[in-house]
Amino acid sequence: MKKRWYDYLWIFSSIYLVLGFFNILFAWLGLICFITPLLISIIGGSKAYCNRYCGRGQLFELLGGRFGLSRKKTPPKFLSSKWFRYSFLTFFMVMFFLIVYSTYLVFAGATLNEAVTLLWVFKLPWQWVNTSFVSPWIAQFAFGFYGVVLTSTVLGPITMLLFKPRSWCVYCPMGTMTQGICKIKHRKG
Amino acid sequence: MPQFEKTARVEENCVACGNCVKSCPLSAITVYKGLYALVDENKCVGCGKCKNACPAGVIELYPKGGVL
Repeated sequence: MKKRWYDYLWIFSSIYLVLGFFNILFAWLGLICFITPLLISIIGGSKAYCNRYCGRGQLFELLGGRFGLSRKKTPPKFLSSKWFRYSFLTFFMVMFFLIVYSTYLVFAGATLNEAVTLLWVFKLPWQWVNTSFVSPWIAQFAFGFYGVVLTSTVLGPITMLLFKPRSWCVYCPMGTMTQGICKIKHRKG
Repeated sequence: MPQFEKTARVEENCVACGNCVKSCPLSAITVYKGLYALVDENKCVGCGKCKNACPAGVIELYPKGGVL
C-alpha cells in the first residue's frame, strides 16, 4: 500500500516525547494532538484522527507489530466496556482540569511547581530546564500536561506488550471522547 | 474455497478506532459515522485479518448469511 504523509506521524510523536526532556515548554505542542481529534469529530463527525493521524497509535503499531514487542493477545473484555472507558475518560478529564486549575493558581501568584507527575502519583523532579523566559503559568501548564502525556506513554506500551499493539486505542480517553462526540452529533443530525 | 463461507462481523463495544479498516485487504470495512466498524459482507472473504488487528477483540468470523 502506498504510504501517505500521515503514515509518518509516529516520527512527530517520538520527537515530541524526546523534546519534553530537553525543554518542558515543548509540552504545549501536545495540545495539537488534543485539539485536532476534537475538531475532526465536532466538525467532521468522524474518528478519522484515530486510524489516520494518530502518531502514538502508529508508534505502537510499529513497535508491537513490526518489532514484535507485543504478545498479540486479545485484551480482557472489560477494557473495551463502556463503563471502563468512560470512567477512564472521566478520570483523565478530572486530572486535566486539576492541571488547568494549578495553572490558574500559578497565574494568580502561587509558586511554580517544577515537577512532572507520572501515573497521577509520582512526582518526578524536572528542574534542569530553564523556563524563566516565559511566565510561570505557561511553564506550570507544560509540567502538568507533559505529566499526562508521560502517563499515557507508560500505560500504552504496557498494554502493547501484554495484549495487541494498539490496545491503548481501546481505552484511549481521546478515542472515547471523540466517539462520544460522534454519538451526540449523529443523534442530533 | 472455505474462506468465502465466512464473513467478519463486529460485535458490541466496538471502539471505532479503525484498525480493522487499515488491515482489510479488500477495503470491506468502514467506520460508520465514527460510531462503529461496519463490514460489507458482499466484499468480505473472511480472511480474518481484521479480527487479528482489532485491539478490542470485538470482531468475529461467522458463516455468511448466518444469524449472529
